Amino acid sequence: MTAGDTAGIVVVGASLAGLRGAEALRRNGYAGRLTIVGDEPHRPYDRPPLSKHVLSGELAPDATGLPELVALDAHWRLGHAATALDREARAITLADGTRLAYERLLIATGAQARPWPAASGGRLQNVFTLRSRDDAARLRTALAGAPRRVLIVGAGLIGCEAASCCRDLGLPVTLVDPNPTPLARSLGTWVGGVLVDCLRDAGVTFQAGAQVLRFEGDASGRVVRAQLADGRAVEADLVIVALGATRATDWLADAGLMADSRGVTCDGACRVLRADGTPCPDIYAAGDVARWPNALCGDRLMSVEHWGNAVAQSAQAARNMLAAAEDQQTYRHLPAFWSSQFGINIKAVGANAGADAVAIVQGTRASRRFLAVYGRAGRSVGAVSFDQARWLPAYAEAVAEGRAFPPIEEATDQGTFLAHAPGFPPARATFHPIGVRHG
Amino acid sequence: MAEDTLFQAVLDPANRADPYPLYARLRESPVSIQRDGSAVVSTHEAIRSLIFDPRLSSEDLPPSHRPRTGNPLKDWLLNPLKDRIATAHRPLIFRDPPDHDTLRHAVMREFSVARVRALRQRVVRDVDALIDACRGRDEVCLVEDLSYPLPVSVICDMLGVPEADEPQFQAWATQLATALEPDARHDEASRHRTVAAFDAISGYMRALIREKRRRPTADLLSALAAPSPSGKPAMGDFDLISTAILLLVAGHETTVNLITNGMLTLLRHPRELERLRADPERAPRVIEELLRYEPPVHFRTRKALGAIEIAGRTIPKGAPVILLFAAANRDPARFREPDRFDPDREDNQHFGFGGGLHYCMGAPLARIEAEIALVALSRRLVAPRLMADPPPYRPGASLRGPERLGIRISGLAPG
Repeated sequence: MTAGDTAGIVVVGASLAGLRGAEALRRNGYAGRLTIVGDEPHRPYDRPPLSKHVLSGELAPDATGLPELVALDAHWRLGHAATALDREARAITLADGTRLAYERLLIATGAQARPWPAASGGRLQNVFTLRSRDDAARLRTALAGAPRRVLIVGAGLIGCEAASCCRDLGLPVTLVDPNPTPLARSLGTWVGGVLVDCLRDAGVTFQAGAQVLRFEGDASGRVVRAQLADGRAVEADLVIVALGATRATDWLADAGLMADSRGVTCDGACRVLRADGTPCPDIYAAGDVARWPNALCGDRLMSVEHWGNAVAQSAQAARNMLAAAEDQQTYRHLPAFWSSQFGINIKAVGANAGADAVAIVQGTRASRRFLAVYGRAGRSVGAVSFDQARWLPAYAEAVAEGRAFPPIEEATDQGTFLAHAPGFPPARATFHPIGVRHG
Repeated sequence: MAEDTLFQAVLDPANRADPYPLYARLRESPVSIQRDGSAVVSTHEAIRSLIFDPRLSSEDLPPSHRPRTGNPLKDWLLNPLKDRIATAHRPLIFRDPPDHDTLRHAVMREFSVARVRALRQRVVRDVDALIDACRGRDEVCLVEDLSYPLPVSVICDMLGVPEADEPQFQAWATQLATALEPDARHDEASRHRTVAAFDAISGYMRALIREKRRRPTADLLSALAAPSPSGKPAMGDFDLISTAILLLVAGHETTVNLITNGMLTLLRHPRELERLRADPERAPRVIEELLRYEPPVHFRTRKALGAIEIAGRTIPKGAPVILLFAAANRDPARFREPDRFDPDREDNQHFGFGGGLHYCMGAPLARIEAEIALVALSRRLVAPRLMADPPPYRPGASLRGPERLGIRISGLAPG
């Protein structure tokens, strides 16, 4: 008997996927030792409110704790990140030097905010990213100090939600993005154009097609302005860098797994692949960090950085971890996200990026209340609703079944059906090999 | 019995007291197409899918059509105009998006949790006063003594309709509620009575709204009639009238059934009545289970805008679709032991308030009224016994509930 036999299951990552995965292990009857490792000192908390109610001050940062839905009886190892994985010895190393043995491992380390390079002003005071609860607390304090102007770099979900909150707080906001509209990568510029109007009405200065070169500080090291590539400058004493996230896989650099900044590559059953492409029988991954061939999206390798995926995938991984090798179930997931900004509730399903057509199927863009469906090569691949979510499930079902585009042609509130070019920007180079740091 | 006569049997007043065995047989085919072309949907899964299907329209009501009077001015000019206005300004339960959404949004802003919570103390006082009024009697009729007057008085207060006027529109409200009954829809004479009731009650509301504009008070009607900060009213006058009528009718015809069915069910399950008496905290669970087990509204009719494939059948384009919520609430595929009244049931996703975008706007109000009423009844009626089981029922198959509920008591406990 080796030490590993009593080591039980170790879950690395103490956020939504880690917690729900641990709960699923217990729910599926696992009674052995369960250890949960987290790099932050906090028990699992919910991230979606951080860029909304926490920034606006409606919710205290520490009021975001996730409920434990099942008695976990777990050993919590919080405050020290995992730094290495030794597959041969079946053990991980933590930042404080501790070694933890495991029988089975669930990787749920998630992602980290893509930081601004230090050489271009990333270390100046009042330059923030927004990912963790502590990030949100710091940013909230800074916003409460009444900055003269907030500059937000990146008009993705986090950038837009932060802009919306800052305007609710009455703060002057400039939002810059290299694309012509917000949410261009997730929804395309045709739908994103609606948000351009919302930004204008909300009083946000939106600089489309703009690229920030560097931030400049004053003598005390506090940010005062951003220099744009076109020679203009934006005077701002608070900066939020919202450039998306990179998967937290640095700690796996020497583990001999298929892991890089795009995530940990798994097979369809959430089993992590070795560098040679074969699955590890004892290591699974779930949540933002997991990259897997999604049968609902043509077996494309994808990672889905959204709440619903963390919950569903960790449950599937936990189930498979306890099942025999010949009873591994494939994880299929229709990506979905929601956002609330500028008083609008946005919900989206499917893999919209890469669509070649988009059409309003209910409502109108002018009313900012509509449901639009995305098509690719004649099939429905995604849908988005602006304040019109009640019927989204019907379209989600059509997308999951890969029905023809448009999927439903005899609906209430349906105008003349017209397909448009969705306007997705060309793919950017997001691949950064492990070891290249941006801080 | 063939599938398509089962639903006829549901409509038959002889089966009003216990339609559930018929529902069980209907569920054997989740969607059954009737001889008249309508589709009856009776399983939880199928209804769940359909209420979120954008092809299902609520604008299924036949157009308003006033009868000939012999007066050419009325027959050729005034009445056709009134018919068009009434058809175009149906209450929002008979409307689709985007108009439905605009109207609902305006109402929901005022039908707020805060406004409903503020009514709680008033409901408690009302219930106690209504029960106190039965002092000295050894028999009560629950419908007459409590379950009808309570919601009527509450909705009048909330809307700002003088309760003293209530007797004059009681009959109008009952007639208008027949618009939900399939039999009445196909009955020309009944539809003419509905139009007449609509004309009468809308005349009343028009005058009342004018008064609210002149002298606004703290009620919902004043709020809906007031111009918004932008200067534009939340809805046009015709929509305002139909919305006010809808809320008033709903206040008259639904909660009464929830409270009466509730007490009837508790009297049939004395152990549950006793548990509620001993622990009023159980009330929310009891109410949710009642909404599943004996819902106040059994079905609603929609219309298929396109052909819909579901559960192996195709609902033809244009077909009326009857969503049999009360049958889905007893679906053994969704609920364990569905015919057992069990307030301790977990995962009780019933259709007691319908579902989808037409989900009952008054749900929070109905819950509060039923909770307070049933808790008070359980604590105050001494040794209550049903006088007749089953009790006599009102004619409606959709808005289904007892006409009277006689209860013998051995006195009243203090409030």
